[in-house]
Amino acid sequence: MSVIYTKSVPGRRGVKLPGCDVPVDHEIPENLRRREDAALAELSELDVVRHFTELSRKNFGLDTNFYPLGSCTMKYNPKVMEKIAALEGFSQLHPLLPQLYGGCMLEQGAIAVIFELEKLLCEITGMDAFTTHPMAGAHGELTGMMLIAAYHKDRGNRKTEVLIPDEAHGTNPASAAIAGYEIVTVPTGDNGMLDIDTLSDRLNEKTAAIMLTNPNTLGLFNSQIEKVAAMAHHYDAQLYYDGANLNAILGKFRPGDARFDVMHVNLHKTFATPHGGGGPGAGPVGVKRHLEPFLPISRIRKRTDGTYALDYDYPKSIGYIAPFYGNFAVCLRAYAYILLQGRQGLIDVSEHAVLNANYILASLKEQFHAPYPDRCMHECVLSAVKQLEAGVHAVDIAKALIDYGFHPPTIYFPLIVKEAIMIEPTETENKETLDRFIEAMKKIAYKALDDPQKIKKAPKSTPVGRLDETKAAREMDFNYIDCKP
Amino acid sequence: MIKDDRKYSKTHEWAMRSGDSAVVGISDHAQDALGDITFVELPKVGATLKQGKECGVIESVKAASDLYSPVSGKVTEINGSLETAPEAINSDPYGSGWLFKITSLDDAEFAALMDAAAYGTFMESEA
Amino acid sequence: MSYIAHTDSERRAMLRQCGVASIQELFAAIPENLKPASFDLPEGKSEFEVMSFFEHLAGRNYVHLTDFVGGGFYDHFIPAAIDALASRSEFYTAYTPYQPELSQGTLQAIYEYQTAICRLTGLDVSNASVYDGGTALYEACQMAIHATGRRRVVIDGGVNPIYRKMLYSYTANLSIEFVEIAVSHGQSDRERVFEALDTATAAVILQNPNFFGVIDDHGDIVNKCHDYGIITIQSVYPIALAFLKTPGEQGFDIATGEGQSLGIPLSFGGPYLGFMCARKELVRKMPGRIVARTVDIAGKEGFVLSLQAREQHIRREKATSNICSNQALCALRAHLYLSLIGKEGLKDVAKLCLNKAHYARERIKAIPGVAVMDSSPTFNEFTVKLPIDAGECVGRMVDHGIAAGFPLGRYYPGMEKYLLIAVTEKRTKFEIGQLAETLECVVCQ
Repeated sequence: MSVIYTKSVPGRRGVKLPGCDVPVDHEIPENLRRREDAALAELSELDVVRHFTELSRKNFGLDTNFYPLGSCTMKYNPKVMEKIAALEGFSQLHPLLPQLYGGCMLEQGAIAVIFELEKLLCEITGMDAFTTHPMAGAHGELTGMMLIAAYHKDRGNRKTEVLIPDEAHGTNPASAAIAGYEIVTVPTGDNGMLDIDTLSDRLNEKTAAIMLTNPNTLGLFNSQIEKVAAMAHHYDAQLYYDGANLNAILGKFRPGDARFDVMHVNLHKTFATPHGGGGPGAGPVGVKRHLEPFLPISRIRKRTDGTYALDYDYPKSIGYIAPFYGNFAVCLRAYAYILLQGRQGLIDVSEHAVLNANYILASLKEQFHAPYPDRCMHECVLSAVKQLEAGVHAVDIAKALIDYGFHPPTIYFPLIVKEAIMIEPTETENKETLDRFIEAMKKIAYKALDDPQKIKKAPKSTPVGRLDETKAAREMDFNYIDCKP
Repeated sequence: MIKDDRKYSKTHEWAMRSGDSAVVGISDHAQDALGDITFVELPKVGATLKQGKECGVIESVKAASDLYSPVSGKVTEINGSLETAPEAINSDPYGSGWLFKITSLDDAEFAALMDAAAYGTFMESEA
Repeated sequence: MSYIAHTDSERRAMLRQCGVASIQELFAAIPENLKPASFDLPEGKSEFEVMSFFEHLAGRNYVHLTDFVGGGFYDHFIPAAIDALASRSEFYTAYTPYQPELSQGTLQAIYEYQTAICRLTGLDVSNASVYDGGTALYEACQMAIHATGRRRVVIDGGVNPIYRKMLYSYTANLSIEFVEIAVSHGQSDRERVFEALDTATAAVILQNPNFFGVIDDHGDIVNKCHDYGIITIQSVYPIALAFLKTPGEQGFDIATGEGQSLGIPLSFGGPYLGFMCARKELVRKMPGRIVARTVDIAGKEGFVLSLQAREQHIRREKATSNICSNQALCALRAHLYLSLIGKEGLKDVAKLCLNKAHYARERIKAIPGVAVMDSSPTFNEFTVKLPIDAGECVGRMVDHGIAAGFPLGRYYPGMEKYLLIAVTEKRTKFEIGQLAETLECVVCQ
């Protein structure tokens, strides 16, 4: 469909603004003015509504389709959370207000949200203190690495390396590198677990941290985690928990109990805030007591009279990592979700997320190669190597699923599994949907061997077919330039 | 395809010597593994490179691969046409898809590179 | 409250398929000694109870003060159509558009957003957005450091102090030297900025309008920087770009900014929108997602994420940035805002802000003992010097229902008597009159 700028008609207006009730006599000095107006679209409100409604219909959302993207936790986002975030008392609150009036008494409701959410996250994860400031999971990782750097600096430790398994999310090495560390990769053994012997070899005085996710990206829980913690702490290296896979372990395992020192939580995954087409998310970071002095400012303190105050007096703090208190409206939704679910509700979440993933694994391990076929946590990893014999790749299976009305699983990740297909069904899908998905996967597995050429032409049901990414990267058309007649 | 008129590194670059200088590129196997190449970042003319050290990047749609110099020396010329037409590396990796020219070579270093037969065996062992 | 559909009999059937007798067996990999030491959370509540609880909390926030607070975050009007369209679940319950065939809506919207940002700023390429204006500035700083291989950054004292604090936090472990140059008469101090430039400098960072509300043409500084091969970065306020000389026209290499003013609610600090764009030569150093227009196998126009090889999921520790998300939904809102308000509307908003701010300036100027800092031109925000402590003054104004502005002493030691006042198109002549009258009462008490 045409880009919005081609629909523009000079002189057409979309929004009526109030007239000016003060003297209209001021101009910006000529030498400071732009030469030409910014060529924004000129449309009526209905033109805009039609354009964006049509765009929306070219999207799969969680509300329209099953979305079993591994590592992404695409679960249902309860609607009441949107209503709460839209309450004027939150949405119209200026973030600088606490600095205007003694003692934060103008925004006690909002500060309570942050304080109470931090407290709940501590209990859920077994950590001692949380900050809501990081604005995404990767931002949480970076914050965690900065906390670790500040800790080592404070202790006089000279640390230069961070150990990361080869199956880790790409953000782990990227975040640690940006915080100034060298990355040392640790291989995964044949059992899908971190190779403890190699870890032991690569761990030394220079190690600042080990970054892990547990269950790992293969969907497997590492039961030797306490041993890893002891090995890390022997060198005063900090153990980082990537909370991307928290949906597997609510009420079953707490990183804090296993002596992890720092972790982040992806509120948009486990705590059901919408993904928004790629963001905004939120990545609060939790720490053990010894790292608390380094947390970003501001922090929240509860006064003896039950009111809340913002505190900036933390001399060892890493400082500001966000302009204010993080993605507040995302945190607000997550807090609401936790209150809705409650203790048993959260346990049910993980139990059913794990049940659904195992159900899919058990139902598909005949048709697809399953490198770890026995058991998984909240997601399972299959491989298209059987289908590859007929020339059908993981990407072809993914595209074929689209024609059955499903968003494809994550493919080609983790990198260590050839032709990986990573499926995370989440707890909110019903059995009929899971069965239809399993049925579709079986049909595709059959067709891949029977008529591979047909599969390679999928998808057929979408507004566009497979796109020419090479042309995209070579021509770099990132900005619509009007062709003047 | 492996050409036997040049030598190869374990990181899949080739070097073809004439006199004191050599032309450098990537092997057919390397371009095939990368897929459609969309961008190349080459060392600057005049830069001094060390054997086995990073000296550029080759990007395709789905991957990015560091470029390692197969030999030490000084860069005398780069293949400027790759800036607008990096696809030459895919279509003609041993010819018009060459990357840069390098001079003041170290004989011992050059001698230690693999010849076509050794590279062929190396690739089989890697697969 | 549960969002799980399974009935008991369905659960039993599924467990049978998995070959286990109970859900607990599926968690056998977790050793007994690692079972949670505690999981002491409240029991779940109904939707009705939770809604009431949050209505109560929301009621404890003072959102009905007449708002003259800015500091980079403004109370602008948000057309209703933005909420209606951005809350279509096809947009907000979608994931990152990695599968382009079923994400054309998100992808085309981002492509159009990128175009709008380029048109606003006069630069060549925009990314799909980053977290906020502060992280955008930090990412721009990293781009300059990578592009030049230098580790020294000159930063103007008129750059938002919150952003400066963020930059220092992010680089604390990276041995990057920052040179901060205080403003002179509210403007970038040419003489001292020029003195600070050398061939070891990676970037010069400026802001327009600056934190004191002053507008400027930084073209002379940019030219001088380019003599030294320095990357120039300007942080901008998008509404002001309706009139102001663009970063592109001034010759900047990179522009960044906070997009909150473009249809995104204040929401106590986030989520917001960091926009960033650059000259096309720098595109491969740019962090985050970028959408390209291309064609499908049948030659039909379509949109796709491009240059992904720069990003963390492929390049891992060598990526240009660790960023993995963008603020897609906020970028959508900004694009909706710019589409609804349009070319003429944006100028109207800017004109209203400008004239109302100047009216406020004149009214406040007339108050005995209050001085307006007007040696340099301003847009919708300006600085005044009060005869009393600005923090105290603002506190007393709150008691009269007015959030009068931001006391500058918080970030600028020695400026305890200075107040930064912002006026948007939402403020009426009557409210501005109230501000001036109340301010007069308060400072004269």
